[in-house]
Amino acid sequence: MAHDSGSKTFDVKAMLRDERFWKIAFQVITLIVVLLLLSFFLGNLNRNLIQQGRAFGFSFLRNPAGFSIGESLIQYRPNDPYWQALMVGLGNTLTLVVGGIVLTTLLGVVAGVASFSKNWLLQKLSRLYVGLVQNIPLLLQLFFWYFAIFGALPRPEAQIGVLGLAFLNNRGVYIPWASSALLAILGIAATVGAAIAALYLWRWRTKIRIETGVGGRPQSIALAVVGLAWLAIITVGMNWTIPQGIEGGGVTGGLRLSREYVAALTALVFYTSAFVAEIVRAGIQSVSKGQWEAARTLGLNAGMVMRLVVFPQALRVIIPPMNSQYMNLTKNSSLAFAIAFPEIYSIATTTYNQTGRPVEVFVVMMATYLTLCLVITVVMNQFNRSVQFKER
Amino acid sequence: MRKWGFLAAALGLTLAACGGGTTTNTTADGEAAPAGGGRLDVVKGRGQLICGVDGGIPGFSFVDESGAYTGLDVDICKAVAAAVLGDAEAVEYRRLDSTERFTALSGGEVDMLSRNTTWTISRDTSVGLEFAPTTFFDGQGMMVRTDSGIADLEDFAGKAVCVETGTTTELNLTDQMRQLGVDFEPVVFQDADAAYAAYDEGRCEGMTSDKSQLVARRSTLPNPDEHTLLEVTMSKEPLGPVTTNNDSSWYDVVKWVTYGLIQAEEFGITSENIATFEATENPDIARFLGKEGTLGTDMGLPNDFMVKVITQVGNYGEVFERNVGADSEFGLERDQNALWSEGGLMYSPPFR
Repeated sequence: MAHDSGSKTFDVKAMLRDERFWKIAFQVITLIVVLLLLSFFLGNLNRNLIQQGRAFGFSFLRNPAGFSIGESLIQYRPNDPYWQALMVGLGNTLTLVVGGIVLTTLLGVVAGVASFSKNWLLQKLSRLYVGLVQNIPLLLQLFFWYFAIFGALPRPEAQIGVLGLAFLNNRGVYIPWASSALLAILGIAATVGAAIAALYLWRWRTKIRIETGVGGRPQSIALAVVGLAWLAIITVGMNWTIPQGIEGGGVTGGLRLSREYVAALTALVFYTSAFVAEIVRAGIQSVSKGQWEAARTLGLNAGMVMRLVVFPQALRVIIPPMNSQYMNLTKNSSLAFAIAFPEIYSIATTTYNQTGRPVEVFVVMMATYLTLCLVITVVMNQFNRSVQFKER
Repeated sequence: MRKWGFLAAALGLTLAACGGGTTTNTTADGEAAPAGGGRLDVVKGRGQLICGVDGGIPGFSFVDESGAYTGLDVDICKAVAAAVLGDAEAVEYRRLDSTERFTALSGGEVDMLSRNTTWTISRDTSVGLEFAPTTFFDGQGMMVRTDSGIADLEDFAGKAVCVETGTTTELNLTDQMRQLGVDFEPVVFQDADAAYAAYDEGRCEGMTSDKSQLVARRSTLPNPDEHTLLEVTMSKEPLGPVTTNNDSSWYDVVKWVTYGLIQAEEFGITSENIATFEATENPDIARFLGKEGTLGTDMGLPNDFMVKVITQVGNYGEVFERNVGADSEFGLERDQNALWSEGGLMYSPPFR
């Protein structure tokens, strides 16, 4: 028998009986199968492309696109190259996604919190909204908003003015806006900056008041200064232009949000918010009843119980699934092509149709959506870390 | 024992994948075409032709009250099926929108397209398609509301035009407006139904497409009388059946069946009088109908393939009049689509 521990004999039977061997062997086999399948599909693709006389490559992206695009953040002319057309599409996708994420968060949280309201009507409305919207396909909702709601607006000749500040017609929505793109960016930056500054000042002030029981006056003054500065920038600095109705239909000045954009944004926000509302509701329900009761015992009113005690604890449960809803919103934004919003999927389908290069264009599209979703994940993971329990 | 079974299964899969790697010409359907035979043998083996159509354009391809496909494009599919399989009804129709059509064809989901597809050089070369003879010479038009006051393209400054994506019309529109220096708003839909719906409820002042399609689609709008076509022709739109590159035997079949429809009209052979040509003395006609020579069998078809086509589908003139011409609700003139001998562009090379 070769059971001598010092012997170097390779015992096959012993190896076959060893669980560790099999664990590794199965991983190797799985990997080989996956690689073989992949090489088979790629090889098949390559053969078929060669058979049809087409070689894989991205140089076509430098050719002039030749089609026009309805709306664009950046300068674009029809003789610009395909990659620039795709950038226009990406810009339009981003406006939809960023606007969608902000509005979805607001509406979703409100709807989720409302389902705990003592107000009967508010509570029922919240439940009805979630139940209805969650169970209808998004594509259907897009068509509904585009054709039934915004399509029912009057033609430009009979457009609706809202307090002389905004206009609605079946071409889109016209709102007051900064007179130049640069000012608009400055205004948005100022708003975000002021919000962050205010948040930190508020926290600082609360901390001092908790620790010392008094004071916080300098911080209060700083808060007021930030608020006033922001107000001044927004009201005076933006050089607002107000849309003006033209005799016989149409609007000049202000910012035009196309009907395609408004309908896509509305549909995406209403659809995703229903899911967010359920996540928020689940998060709030996960906070134990004792926390509610303890907060009440301290004499806090219903709003304060929610804002100071329950919601911060619910956030720990809410943030991770919110990440996946934001990613869903990003991916679902591609459906807006069905209602003629020129986002990146729409531009990409036009591109592969005119160039006959679906494989290359799909690779570009997949990379784009993957990047967008990864960026969202990274940001949300950072945020998630900041709200988790800090062990002391 | 269970682990061994799993291992065997995994090995089997690996071998299958290796084996699969050596097959050629695997299509999306998983039908492996035998070497050299190509699409023609696939169609014969299947016993059915899969034809890509639009399905939403009355007169060209539309589902009628009885649920059957009808139209000029559909009749081309039927003619090919009659020639190859002897049965004009052995066709499965696939509705394709303008963005899907080329990938469906090059991926092998459909055997051919008969779907209002414009013949252009870039589609012929870089997109990798083969265009059979034109079955309908068309031009791009613009439809507006009669009461809109728009008379020509210059009036579109600051106005919106609805258009279907992935079409030549989308590009022609851009070119025309650029040339005229008119700043307009394109509203680009992937789905033709959505595009016409948006035009109808007033999202766009204009709707652009091939003229034949605008006329056909106008008939499906709620109030057809409220819409007119402008007196402009923005482009040449030769529409015809399409096959994929590098399969010349199948391309030849589609090409010569299409020519056969035109040649039959030139010979004056119709579905009604074809019996009278049974004992024809004319050698050209005898060859055409497969009484003499081997024109059909040389192509891999029955020698009397044109007899089957004409009996079951008719000649080009019959197809035209039945679907879009005098016998239809559209009443289009033959114009460019008349035979070359009558001042049109329909011309078949000799069957010899």
